[in-house]
Amino acid sequence: MENLIALLVGAPLLGAAVLLCGGRRLDKAGHWLGTLLAAVSFGIGVALFADMLGRGAEDRTLYQHLFSWVSVGSFQADFAFRLDQLSMTFVLLISGVGTLIHVYSIGYMEHDERRRRFFGYLNLFVAAMLLLVLADNYLLLYFGWEGVGLASYLLIGFWQHKPSAATAAKKAFLVNRVGDIGLSIAIMLMFTTFGTFAFGPVLANADKASEGTLTAIGLMLLLAACGKSAQVPLQSWLGDAMEGPTPVSALIHAATMVTAGVYLIVRSGAIFNAAPDAQLVVTVVGAVTLLFGAIVGCAKDDIKKALAGSTMSQIGYMVLAAGLGPVGYVFAIMHLVTHGFFKAGLFLGAGSVMHGMNDEVDMRKYGGLRRYMPVTFVTFGLGYLAIIGFPGLSGFFSKDKIIEAAFAKGGTEGWILGGAALLGAGITAFYMTRVMLLTFFGEKRWQPAPDADQVPSAEPAAEHRAGRMPHPHESPKSMTIPMIVLAFGSVFAGAFFGLGDRFLNWLEPVTGYEHGNPPVGALTVTLSTMVVLAVGVAIAWSMYGRKPVPVVAPRGSFLTRAARRDLFQDDFNHVVLVRGGEHLTRSLVYVDHSLVDGVVNGTAASVGGLSGRLRKLQNGYARSYAVSMFGGTVVLIAATLLMRAV
Amino acid sequence: MSAATAAQGLLTLAANGPADKIPAPHIEYAQLAPTLIVVGAAVLGVLVEAFVPRRSRYHVQVFLAVASLAAAFAAVVGLAAGGYGNSKAHIAAMGAIAVDGPALFLQGTILLASVVAVFTFAERRLDPKAHGNRVDSFAAQAASVPGSDSEKAAVKAGFTTTEVFPLALFAISGMLIFPAANDLLTLFIALEVFSLPLYLLCAVARRQRLMSQEAAVKYFLLGAFSSAFLLFGIALLYGYAGSVSYAVIADVVDGTVTAVDPALASTMGNDALLLIGGALILMGLLFKVGAVPFHMWTPDVYQGAPTPVTGFMAAATKVAAFGALLRLLYVVLPGLRWDWRPVMWGVAIVTMLAGAVIAVTQTDVKRLLAYSSIAHAGFILAGVIATSAEGVKSVLFYLGAYSFVTIGAFAVVTLVRDAGGEATHLSKWAGLGRRSPLTAAVFAVFLLAFAGIPLTSGFAGKFAVFKAAAEGGAGALVVVGVISSAIAAFFYIRVIVLMFFSEPKADGPTVAVPSPLTMTTIAVGVAVTLVLGVAPQYFLDLAGHASTFVR
Repeated sequence: MENLIALLVGAPLLGAAVLLCGGRRLDKAGHWLGTLLAAVSFGIGVALFADMLGRGAEDRTLYQHLFSWVSVGSFQADFAFRLDQLSMTFVLLISGVGTLIHVYSIGYMEHDERRRRFFGYLNLFVAAMLLLVLADNYLLLYFGWEGVGLASYLLIGFWQHKPSAATAAKKAFLVNRVGDIGLSIAIMLMFTTFGTFAFGPVLANADKASEGTLTAIGLMLLLAACGKSAQVPLQSWLGDAMEGPTPVSALIHAATMVTAGVYLIVRSGAIFNAAPDAQLVVTVVGAVTLLFGAIVGCAKDDIKKALAGSTMSQIGYMVLAAGLGPVGYVFAIMHLVTHGFFKAGLFLGAGSVMHGMNDEVDMRKYGGLRRYMPVTFVTFGLGYLAIIGFPGLSGFFSKDKIIEAAFAKGGTEGWILGGAALLGAGITAFYMTRVMLLTFFGEKRWQPAPDADQVPSAEPAAEHRAGRMPHPHESPKSMTIPMIVLAFGSVFAGAFFGLGDRFLNWLEPVTGYEHGNPPVGALTVTLSTMVVLAVGVAIAWSMYGRKPVPVVAPRGSFLTRAARRDLFQDDFNHVVLVRGGEHLTRSLVYVDHSLVDGVVNGTAASVGGLSGRLRKLQNGYARSYAVSMFGGTVVLIAATLLMRAV
Repeated sequence: MSAATAAQGLLTLAANGPADKIPAPHIEYAQLAPTLIVVGAAVLGVLVEAFVPRRSRYHVQVFLAVASLAAAFAAVVGLAAGGYGNSKAHIAAMGAIAVDGPALFLQGTILLASVVAVFTFAERRLDPKAHGNRVDSFAAQAASVPGSDSEKAAVKAGFTTTEVFPLALFAISGMLIFPAANDLLTLFIALEVFSLPLYLLCAVARRQRLMSQEAAVKYFLLGAFSSAFLLFGIALLYGYAGSVSYAVIADVVDGTVTAVDPALASTMGNDALLLIGGALILMGLLFKVGAVPFHMWTPDVYQGAPTPVTGFMAAATKVAAFGALLRLLYVVLPGLRWDWRPVMWGVAIVTMLAGAVIAVTQTDVKRLLAYSSIAHAGFILAGVIATSAEGVKSVLFYLGAYSFVTIGAFAVVTLVRDAGGEATHLSKWAGLGRRSPLTAAVFAVFLLAFAGIPLTSGFAGKFAVFKAAAEGGAGALVVVGVISSAIAAFFYIRVIVLMFFSEPKADGPTVAVPSPLTMTTIAVGVAVTLVLGVAPQYFLDLAGHASTFVR
């Protein structure tokens, strides 16, 4: 069976290669090929999964060694895969949700003339992400990591003719570079500490290294995770990444990219377990981000950006859980999987709404859409209930466990982290209810789209429909079916995983588990979560459900304005990093001009002058050449004799 | 049985036997096959000139030249495969010629470089047809006075100087012997055998014939001058050692031979003779490699000679001369290395720096490449000075890499033409990259290789040479070498900038479409440059296996 592992990565990679190199003759069939190969990958994943279930927990890990990749002295890296329960979970999520998004894109990108290329990039994205989770050493993981970065750059900037998309892609890429540096430093530290970067030896010997080294490695891994998973302080790219086509947002937020950071932390659990300081920082980052994202999500009128804030917040939950150690690893991954279902469903629903509304993204110009798009309404609504943690649905099971585990950390830390997680649940309920109410309930508020030349909306196809009144309609089957499938996942996955500790028993052999006891009792935690949730929903209802919603956003309080500006993240980056960088550059340029250039130009000028003078010796007369030879010979003989003499 | 008995036997034979028989020399024909094939083809070529009708001479000569070079190369490969490169290496032809690793490696290199050079000799599609006849780079009739009626008549009659092919073959045969020569007289004869045809070849350019003839005369005069020094050096060494054989001289230097030839009693063992003679022979070889201050012929001759000849000369002569230099220093004078190393240090430093610095202000492509070849001679000298097997290996590799880059670069020069023939002034190359991107890109590859940029053969070669020099204790030399490389990079890159980032001139040159012959030469040059740059290890190992001299 282990020989199939490479095919998991190979199938979508082949798709990417064929679609990107195949040229225009594949335009007609390209999207089918891309979807088929993603589905093949999923099929192989399911087969491997079935095979894995048939074996005992001890020998479920499979290895496949393809070839020796880099072999220089003691620097050995193999192109080898490792498939265990953790990577299996990711494989199913990535290829499964990825395939659904491929299907959805067939309809969504129908009018885009570069659809073949789009599917090529999607395949590349899936392949890179699968490589990331299947790698058996950190260097190969880094390869997949960079592949994900590349694919996200290509997809966010897919509509590169729009300056905003090109800028967003560049921003995502640059911010991710910062994180990537963290990963590369972590790998270098591992190599100097352990002499290898294969998962097996590094993780098995993690506790033998000094705690300082481990803390350094852990913090560098965290930096990497922050970049890919959009955690504070490297979160700023995520909102702008909404410039990409909506299926890309769904892919980035549900199945690939942002989950990579969580995977990295959980995979490196042994390192973090031995470095409590690094773990503490991880939990702090998670808690801060979950509140940050939730607050930002409350103020956004752009439906995709509101969802982006929510992703940031939910990933914050996962990072928080992962920072809690063996108490939380399983729940981090469980929440990741359930989140994969409902967030993909929500994004696809948002895309469906936009599809029917002339690509309008401002929720204030929606309203009352439930009558026009019943399928979208129901699937989106189920996703909504799942994400706020409505009892019985997916989000309830996974999020509740994380809040419980956060309280179980004990002491002041436990109360602070648990409190943050609890508060986050309330805010989540508020902003998601707001999205729901603004979009599907209330009066219809839509207006004719502005003229083509001032279209601010995201999709280029809008240009064709500009100036017309929107006629909201349900989307085609290729789009609704993936939404329905995901809605099933949003409803049932949590219960399936949570009841009877199925997920816990599945993943525990890889990540380890210890039960945490919250200081107030699990039932109390659950009940207070329910109360907070109800309060959030109620506030949202009173603000947006009972009163008519103004089409133009009111000025709002300072907090609202701050949240609309993403809590000044870009202003901060601009003042501190951009300005600081500019100052540094200017001083360096000054030094370069005055000092370095002076030396360089001076040298060049003197070489040139010397050259001009020496050149005169070459006067074209054979006699003077002969003199030079004679003189040279005399010097040669004299020097030889002199050498003997001294 | 001992030496005494043997000596007794000899004496008896001398005393008893009549002196009417001169013992026939023992010649290992098979082991000398590479040279003999080429010499034979050259002689045949002369006969072809005499007996084959003018119409078909060109084709017969080209075939003969290429076939003989290929056969000679096959012979070299056969000898190497037969173990003559290492285990069976020995001295053939009564002590005159060495058959060993370095000799075979260099002979192979010379033969391969010569094949592609001969392709450029045979190119006849670059110039427009004259009176309906295709013309090559060589004068219609070399003996006619430039601009005279007899020249015009020759052009009109469609004459071509097909003698260049046998001349080239004679030169190649000399070059094959030169690095294998194992006594000083063979060395001198080989030198003259390859020099004289080269003087002639320099004089037979079709265009700018006066300049070509001037170059030939200068080359001849200065070559003769340096040969005189070399010969004088040989005489002094004979006076010192009583023999011209490399092995005997080396033994005398080491002090293992004490017997004194009565006729030379007053001079034998006199170190002054050894040092002065050695220096003079060195000078003769340094002249051929174009080291400073014996380099001054190089720019004038490279510029005046027909460009195919320049390419051939720049590559093959350098390989042969460095081969002879290596053998002289490693086989004859290793005992003197504390004397010659500091001197060679100086020569290498001056050569590297002067070549790079003077090249900066050159305005003619051929002169630029000439100075570049001087700088490269300096780099190779750095490897020679290492006095280690590693040094020999690096020099062998460098020579192989350099010769193909050089021939390729000069072949590109033949393509860029305007009404007056080749447009060698650099100002005319401005914007070439816009008009003929492929040609400019290929030339850029060669320039990058000259500059020693990674992924080209130039980098691998330079790295090997500097590494060997540094390990051989010549760290300062490596520093100077790197500085010179930096200066040299300036003018190589400047040409690239000129080609790609300047506006083309309205009356700029055009790039002629060559026949497959020149295309092959250029393609082989590019291929070798890239292969040796990307995967040098196999060839470094090959050179490493061939780095032991037989003594």
